[in-house]
Amino acid sequence: MRNFLRVARYSVVKALLLGFAVVVAVFITILIVNMGGRLDNIRKQEILNQVSLQITTNPANQELPASEIRRMIEEQARLEYRRLGLDKPFLVRTAAYLTNAITLNLGRSENLLSDTMSREVRRIILERLPSTLVLFGTSSILLFFTAVFLALGLSRHYGSWFDRLVVSLAPTSTAPGWFYGIFLILIFAAVLRILPFGGMVDAPPPKETGAYVLSLLKHMILPVLSMFIGGLAASVYSWRTFFLIYSSEDYVELAKAKGLSSRAIERRYILRPTLPPIITSFTLMVIGMWLGAIILESVFNWPGMGSLYITAVNLSDTPTVVGINVIYGYLLAGSVFFLDFVYALVDPRVRVGAGEKKGV
Amino acid sequence: MGRTLREIGRYPSAVFGVFIIGSLMGLAIYTVITIPYSRAIDLWRATNPAWTVNPRNAWPIWLDFFTPKKLPRTILADLGNAEVREEASGDRKKVELVVPVEFTYDDFPSEITLFLRTTGVASGTRVRYSAVWENPLGQRIELAANRSMRGSEDYYISQDPKLMAEFGVPGEYALFSDVTVRIPAAQRAALKGTYRLRIQADLPKEAQLGGQLVVYGRVHGWAGTDHQRRDLTVALMWGAPVALAFGLLAALGSVLSTFVLAGVGTWFGGWVDGLFQRLTEINMIIPMLPILIMIGQFYSRSLWLMLGVVIALSIFTGGMKTYRAMFLQAKEASYIEAARAYGAGNARLIFRYLLPKMIPVILPTLIMVIPGYVFLEAALSVIGLGDPLLPTWGKIISDARTADALYKGYYYWVIEPAIFLMLTGFGFAMVGYALDRVFNPKLRTL
Repeated sequence: MRNFLRVARYSVVKALLLGFAVVVAVFITILIVNMGGRLDNIRKQEILNQVSLQITTNPANQELPASEIRRMIEEQARLEYRRLGLDKPFLVRTAAYLTNAITLNLGRSENLLSDTMSREVRRIILERLPSTLVLFGTSSILLFFTAVFLALGLSRHYGSWFDRLVVSLAPTSTAPGWFYGIFLILIFAAVLRILPFGGMVDAPPPKETGAYVLSLLKHMILPVLSMFIGGLAASVYSWRTFFLIYSSEDYVELAKAKGLSSRAIERRYILRPTLPPIITSFTLMVIGMWLGAIILESVFNWPGMGSLYITAVNLSDTPTVVGINVIYGYLLAGSVFFLDFVYALVDPRVRVGAGEKKGV
Repeated sequence: MGRTLREIGRYPSAVFGVFIIGSLMGLAIYTVITIPYSRAIDLWRATNPAWTVNPRNAWPIWLDFFTPKKLPRTILADLGNAEVREEASGDRKKVELVVPVEFTYDDFPSEITLFLRTTGVASGTRVRYSAVWENPLGQRIELAANRSMRGSEDYYISQDPKLMAEFGVPGEYALFSDVTVRIPAAQRAALKGTYRLRIQADLPKEAQLGGQLVVYGRVHGWAGTDHQRRDLTVALMWGAPVALAFGLLAALGSVLSTFVLAGVGTWFGGWVDGLFQRLTEINMIIPMLPILIMIGQFYSRSLWLMLGVVIALSIFTGGMKTYRAMFLQAKEASYIEAARAYGAGNARLIFRYLLPKMIPVILPTLIMVIPGYVFLEAALSVIGLGDPLLPTWGKIISDARTADALYKGYYYWVIEPAIFLMLTGFGFAMVGYALDRVFNPKLRTL
């Protein structure tokens, strides 16, 4: 119970901090997108043009004098400004944008449409979110477990030719996933013609669930593989180092002397203390992967949030741009929070609580 | 320093890395000297007339090593060097030019264009000309019969619908094969030997007929060309200084500022330290790439603005925590105690005592983060947010992707910049990993 309370307190503090970070990130986004209010002026001008076009082309207004028409245009534009909140001062407007964004009240897009022809930014994003999650969930989980087991195996066979091979391959991880993606497309799609160039399912999408899943899996091989190659060597290399450091500790020697099986030693004495630093490094990697997703998705034409983001930015569709940034902020914060929570669960020092303050 | 170098020498991968970095630096310096900045930008403009005589999407000439065929190079036949016969009559004259074209390749050219230029013809008046093509078998193909042109004409023989209708194949196939054979273009073989282009024109007496016959090849230069006939060598070469400058400056800027701020923060402790810590935690989840993309789209794509933003967003990152932990230990060292005892001020203590002690620790990091920034710059270019003027490796990949290069089989277009990027990344990484082992002896035994 005491442990539970400490983990809870730690989590609440973390959650508050991460929540604040999301607010800051979204605020920066809004400031950049609005270009310090310039975008609002452009929008005002557009509304004015639209309104005046509407009123002057309306046959019912043909007879009216010019001054009356001008008055009507101004009146109509003023109402429209008020409806969109454009009549408020810059700071109030920004604050309003910020609260809307943070509360996921994402508004309507300017140009983009969802597949169901909706202009709701939330719906447009929700349509794309699953494809991104499927891709990144799969690759992160695959990468994490493969790397942990490989690293553990290597630390067991320290100095073998395979160990040295992996160590010498560590620099390959400096190239990001999308970069390997280009090579994989070249080899498997362009030259060998056995896997698709990109996209998420065949066109037209298969109707039966089984065929759909198969098609999805076929399209997922290359992007998942590129992220996997991009992240594997460096993680295995650094995690192997953690394992080696902890397996040379005295208590491991003692356990060996006591005659414990090597499996038990690994589980209880090596894996346990190594997990916290591994989780930290994995957290950083996941953050990197989320952001790398934008490029990777565009390289593979994966219909996820990343490619949506690029489309939205290219169309200057500000509500969607802000919306995606908000979702990214939440996703990043969520991932970090989840991994911090796991960290708190596995690290006894956090569990005992005081360690946080007493330590460095 | 000498000892460090000797130790690095013990790692073959590091020696290889140093070699790669050295070569890239050499290439970068050579490039900046031979093709100055403004000239590179001017050259890379697609409309630059220098490119009109290059073939479109030509493979590099080293493709020859992989195919048994000898692939056609571009042949430039200058009309000024042609055999000329003139026949004057009154104030006009009849001119006949015979342009020989020696063709010894195993494949058809990719395109043929005749650029006709006249001098001394009053503007507004028209000139009539006829052109006949003669192949090594002595067969003649009529290209133009008494056609009229203004002062100049670009005659795109490959796209001439008349040839297509008459022979059933595009112009370059019709001109370079036996005219009596009627088989699809893919099954034809090019005739080797001397071809002749005869041009007859009726000109004013003082006028001159010149220009060029361009028989575009299928391979060009050491790097090939892109869809706009630009020689990729220029962009591959200029990619080196851009990538190195961006990577080095971003790494130096971000690592050094993180380092100094971490030192200052730990030294003073208290709220300064707390502020830096919280900033780091917030900054870690601020999406850097989306912000860069927005700035690229809404403000400016200039490489240098991006560089600034990248540095600013990279200051409060993971390194802050690592350095802080190290500084906390170093702060308690006795030599600092001693310096404090003789009355050294805060600034002196930080910059003369605390920071220099830790320089060996940041050196490997400094080298190891460079590839990340090089790839970041490439990534921005790949999604179309590269510097609008400068040719870079990422921009070549971006052009190739928009032109579906991989799908159409122009593999060189993607492979070349990718190999340069990979070499840069691996070179720095290899040196970085080796430095890490040299400076952190704890890792060396592992």
